[in-house]
Parts: sequence; structure tokens; C-alpha cells
Amino acid sequence: MAELLGKLTAAMGTYGPAVLFYGVAGLVLASAAYAVVAKKIDHSAFSLMACFTGVAALYAMLGSDFLAVTQVIVYVGGIMILIVFGVLLTDRLPVEYRQISRETVVQGLAVAVPVMAALVWAAAGTSWPVVAEAAAAAAPPAAGGTDPGTTAAIGKLLLTDYLFPFEFASVLLLVALVGAARMARGGAK
Amino acid sequence: MIPLLLAAGIGGVEGDAPGPGVLETIWGISVVRGLAWSLVAALLVITPMALFAIWLERRLSGKMQARIGPNRVGPEGLLQTLADGVKLLGKESLVPTQADRPLFHAAPAVVFMSAFAMYAVLPWGPDWAPTSLAVGLLFVLAIGSLEAIGVIMAGWASNNKWALLGTMRVAAQVVAYEIPLGISALVPVLTAGTMNVQEITAMQGGGAWNWGLWWAFPANLVAFVLFFWAALANLKRAPFDLPEAESELVAGFHTEYSGMSFSIFFLAEYAAMFVLSGVASCLWLGGWNTGIPGVDVAGMGVWGNLLGAAMVAGKAMLLVAVMMWLRWTLPRLRVDQVMRLCWKFFLPISLACLVWAAAWVSVVKPMLGGNG
Repeated sequence: MAELLGKLTAAMGTYGPAVLFYGVAGLVLASAAYAVVAKKIDHSAFSLMACFTGVAALYAMLGSDFLAVTQVIVYVGGIMILIVFGVLLTDRLPVEYRQISRETVVQGLAVAVPVMAALVWAAAGTSWPVVAEAAAAAAPPAAGGTDPGTTAAIGKLLLTDYLFPFEFASVLLLVALVGAARMARGGAK
Repeated sequence: MIPLLLAAGIGGVEGDAPGPGVLETIWGISVVRGLAWSLVAALLVITPMALFAIWLERRLSGKMQARIGPNRVGPEGLLQTLADGVKLLGKESLVPTQADRPLFHAAPAVVFMSAFAMYAVLPWGPDWAPTSLAVGLLFVLAIGSLEAIGVIMAGWASNNKWALLGTMRVAAQVVAYEIPLGISALVPVLTAGTMNVQEITAMQGGGAWNWGLWWAFPANLVAFVLFFWAALANLKRAPFDLPEAESELVAGFHTEYSGMSFSIFFLAEYAAMFVLSGVASCLWLGGWNTGIPGVDVAGMGVWGNLLGAAMVAGKAMLLVAVMMWLRWTLPRLRVDQVMRLCWKFFLPISLACLVWAAAWVSVVKPMLGGNG
């Protein structure tokens, strides 16, 4: 029994992280692809939700607990509800809308290629620090010990080094909010 | 396989794990532990709690309406829910012909998963916490918002007008309650200085006057009340039960669900009621602390943890009972009334609580000598 348990734990330790990572990465890629090709717009929306949740799991695996949870709150709790609002209010879209023409391909590429380039550039330039590994190497966490997490550090950085971008983003959101309220009220009277 | 995992989780296998590295060993143990604990929790804690809550609802409803309620199956009718569950297992799970099948089947799973995942951060005793997540409270809010997505999925996939109306109400309600829910939960976070539910609970030792309720008076007291009301809206309980509104929408988003898929929605609702009440009791009502000075659960070993678990369960069940009481006391609000209540009253009041708590932490507490 104890021998079997040891083997099981060792196997989980050796292959577990890799299996989990490739599983979640596969889920993210598959659901992102399905969100693009799905015939029904509501399938696209819910597939996108699976994709967002999977990305949050990847963040958690990289040791970014705050980012992972925020991803779920913002994208699944906020953006997804708004997308669903859109889906509910637009009803089932006519078939023509989802047909791909040359124009839509060109427009799509014009957006997708720069975004892809920026992402690849960012991913290639990052030295991926595995926080959990570094922490485990420094001091193995005791059973039941509390992990301080990344929240306090992120908060400090946001209110010191990155104060300007942080405040600027909030002004941007405020502008969007006021604009949306004005548009919803029917523009200038 | 399952007993094996249980043994690994409870006994621990640090000694005989010939892991290749520190990270691999820790990872292996924590995953085996996590699996084991989630199995234990799902089988031994969450399901019985939900079944008990359903029984309590039916008996309390009976008492409040001057009737008896289920009292035949088992002592005081305690096994009635179990019997109903067995009956529902035997029923056919119908799917409407025009329904969106994959989404129709996925919806109860999403709702069930989100309700049960919230238990991961609910501490039961000084040493009995499923996880000690640093972002515990945010995790509850994040996973709780998944539940609304599952409900929307169900209503949309049913291809039923009642269900669709219920779904639109859910979507409108979510954007209204989620902000006051989050902000009122931030008030104890601000005063305690941590989002770890276990740590917030541990700060409330000693007498009941040390409970979170009295921190930064009256910010946390008001925040607790707001959180409770916003949680009621989250749970779609009366007076916020517009998405199901039996008298208007048949059964709202779950009109087309039958058999076991219906009972999964039902079970998830009661599981979520219990866990949100449990989280509220850990933030404001001392969690596993007894509130009696001198009776310190933390120094009593296994018995202290057992007592703590009983305290958490008792306080949470008390809040659940208040939810049931409100159901038979208050009439259902209209859609516009819910929107107005959440946006024009809950949101400004919760923001005021947050500002007062911030002022307390940064100005008043240092002046009083750091004891607040």
C-alpha cells in the first residue's frame, strides 16, 4: 500500500505538471479555434468562455494567482455577460453574416497580424520565471503554510512605478462610460 | 483507487516519496491531496449539507405556513430529500427537440462545478482549510460568477420563451448585484489587510466583540448586510427570484429541465447558499471562532477543529435559515426595482463603506494606537 502510494505520488510529481499544462493548453487552443469556426454565435460565445477560463488556469500554473482570478472575474464574469447580452439581443444571426468574403479576410488579417506579431515579440522577449519553482528551491513550503501570493506586490507596483498608466487607463474607461451613457440617451438633443 | 487517494490525502506520504526533485515531490503530494480532499468534501460534506438545507427549507416553509412539511421518511423527515433524489434518478431526462443539445447538457455541469468549487476556500477550523489561497475571497467571487454563465447557458439552450425571459433577467441581475457584492466583500479585506479567508478568520479570535462585524465600525456592519442581500440576488432567492419567478415564468431558466439534470440545479443552489453563508460567517461572524473569550479553538487540537467546523456550519446554517425566512416574508421585486436597488442604493452605500474603511485603516486606526 505505502509502496503503491509512493509510486503514485512520484508519477504525479513527474508527469502531473506536464500532463496538466498540455491538457489545459490543448483546451485553450481547441476552444479558441471552435469560437472562430462555430456555426452558431452562442456556441462561439461559450467556447470563448472556456478559452478564457483555460488561460486563467495557465496563469495560475505560472504562479500568478492574482492575475488568474482577475482574468476569471473580468472576462468570465464581466466581458462574457456583456457578450451574452449582445447574443441575446441580436437573436440568431442570418447565415450571410457568417460567410467569409475576401473583404472580411483582409480586414481580419489587418487586425490579427499586428496583434500576433506583438504577442510573439512579447513572448520571445520574456524570460519565463516559474515562481513556484523558485520559491520551492529557496524554501520548500511547509504543509498548511500560507503562500503570500502576488497581490501585495502588484498593488505596490500599480501605485508607484506604474501609477501613470494605471490612472490613465481609468480615465480612458471613464471616457468610454460617459460616451456610452450619452449614446444610450440618444445623442445630442 | 478512491480509498487510496483518501489515505494519501489524510495520512500524507512525504516520507516515502522518491521524487526526482523538490518541486515534483511537492506537486505530486499536493495534487494527490487536493484530489483526495475534493472527493472527501464532495461526498461527506457538501452533498449532506445541501440535502440538509433542502430539508430545512421544506420544514421551515411548513412551519411558517402553519402546516407540517415532510416528516415521514426517516426521523423528522430527514431522509425525504434523499428519497426524492433517488426518485429523480429514475426519471427520464427529457431534452426538447429544438434545444441546443451540447449546451443543454453542459449547463447543469457548469452550475454544479461553480457552486462546489467555492468550497475550496471555506475554512472549517484553525488547521482544517481545504486550501489556503492568498486570493481566496477573489476566488469565491470569480467562481461564483461562472454560475451565472451556466444559468444563461441553460436558459438559452432550452429554446423556450419562459427560459429565455429568465435568462435575460439573470444577465441583467448579474451586472447589477456583482459590483456591490464585490465591493462589500472588499471592506473586510481592506480592514484585515489580506484576501486569505483563513487569515481573516484567524484575526477574529477571543470574544464576539472581536468579530469582523465590528471592525471599522460601522463600515463592516453595513458591508455584511449588503453582502448578504447581494448574495441573495446572486443565489436568485426571494425577493430576487425573478429569473425563476414561478408565478410568471413557470420555472424560468430551468423550465425544460427534468429528472437528474433538474435536481443538479437544485442541489447546486443549496450548496451555493451554504457556501456563501459560510464565507460571510468567516468574514464577519468569526468563522470557526466561538466568540466566547477563553474558549480558543486554535489551541485545542482535533477537538478544537471539530468544534470550529461545527461553529462554521452552525453560523452558515443560521444565515441560510434567515434566507428562508426572508423568502416567506418579502414579496418578489420587479425587474426595475432590482436594478434600482442594486445600482442606486447598494452600490453607493458599499462605496461609502469602502471609503470609510480606507479612512479607518489609514487615519483613525493609527491615531487609536493600531488596535481596531
